[in-house]
Amino acid sequence: MLQGDVFTKLTMNSTEKKFEYLLRLGDSSLIIGHRLSEWCGHGPILEEDIALINIALDFVGNATSILEYAATVEGKGRTADDLAYLRDEREYRNLLITEQPNGDYAFTIARQFLFDTYMFFLYEELKSSKDETLAAIAVKSHKEITYHLRHTSEWMLRLGDGTAESHERLQNAVNELWMFTAEMFDMDEVDAVLIKEGIVPDLTAIKEKWEKKVKEVLAEATLEIPTTTFKQKGSREGKHSEHLGFLLAEMQYVHRAHPDAKW
Amino acid sequence: MSNDSQWPVWEVFLQANPGISHKHVGNVHAPDAEMAIQNARDVYTRRSEGISIWVVPANAISASSPEDQGAFFEPSNDKPYRHPTFYKIPEGVKYL
Repeated sequence: MLQGDVFTKLTMNSTEKKFEYLLRLGDSSLIIGHRLSEWCGHGPILEEDIALINIALDFVGNATSILEYAATVEGKGRTADDLAYLRDEREYRNLLITEQPNGDYAFTIARQFLFDTYMFFLYEELKSSKDETLAAIAVKSHKEITYHLRHTSEWMLRLGDGTAESHERLQNAVNELWMFTAEMFDMDEVDAVLIKEGIVPDLTAIKEKWEKKVKEVLAEATLEIPTTTFKQKGSREGKHSEHLGFLLAEMQYVHRAHPDAKW
Repeated sequence: MSNDSQWPVWEVFLQANPGISHKHVGNVHAPDAEMAIQNARDVYTRRSEGISIWVVPANAISASSPEDQGAFFEPSNDKPYRHPTFYKIPEGVKYL
């Protein structure tokens, strides 16, 4: 049975729930980090190329910390590398927004801004987690995320309130991505138990902060809030868009072709 | 530069430690001051090189011309008495 099935989640013990939650955090960072790394050498200008790759590295670093901790919590002898390179698509728990292909630069900026805003408020709360390891990771990551959000917010303003073409491209990107944002605030039995233990925050309050910040920036960038009400979900159950499989194939290829290779 | 299709150039100055002056480290392209600071942060402070950044539009800098070198700088070559070499620097004073 797949790990994410509703029945499995109900029967998970507290440690398994924490492992599941850590996978959600770590996988989202790993996948968005990988997506951003695809821009390496392709950025619109040298400075922005470096900026994006810095951000990509921050996310991969954050994913490493979280997945290492997840492996420890799981206690079955797996390593962070095992989790990153030897799990298949259906075992990945990253949010759907993180796996969406880069598209044009406006799309990448919009995806990053919507996700950074979420990360900013989520990790702000995780800093006071009762789980000391998670809290320590969150303290370090939150500083990085604060910069990411500043960088992507500035680009939202410049592209949104820039030329007619940049405005149109960014508005299209926001419209296209909007259906993936609801999933960020979904909570299930895993969240419920960990919230009760004071390990993770209730996402209801984070959703309010996210909406406020996103609305502010969109308004300042002269962009419209999308009216679409369709919500694309599934990552909690390991149900992904068609894009994740291709991403994993590329990301995991070397490790799987040369198992246990060391360098 | 007429053939430069990129954004304007900003000269970047970094302060490495509190109390010392900002030093010129290079330049970046950016559409405006805020992005110039962010680009400078990303290009020049990745390895903890600084704690403060200044950016200045390159075209706001006025420079002396190479032709002025003789008149400007050579007259001081034979005036060693202008160097404060007779002072003792108190112990503990850094970055002088």
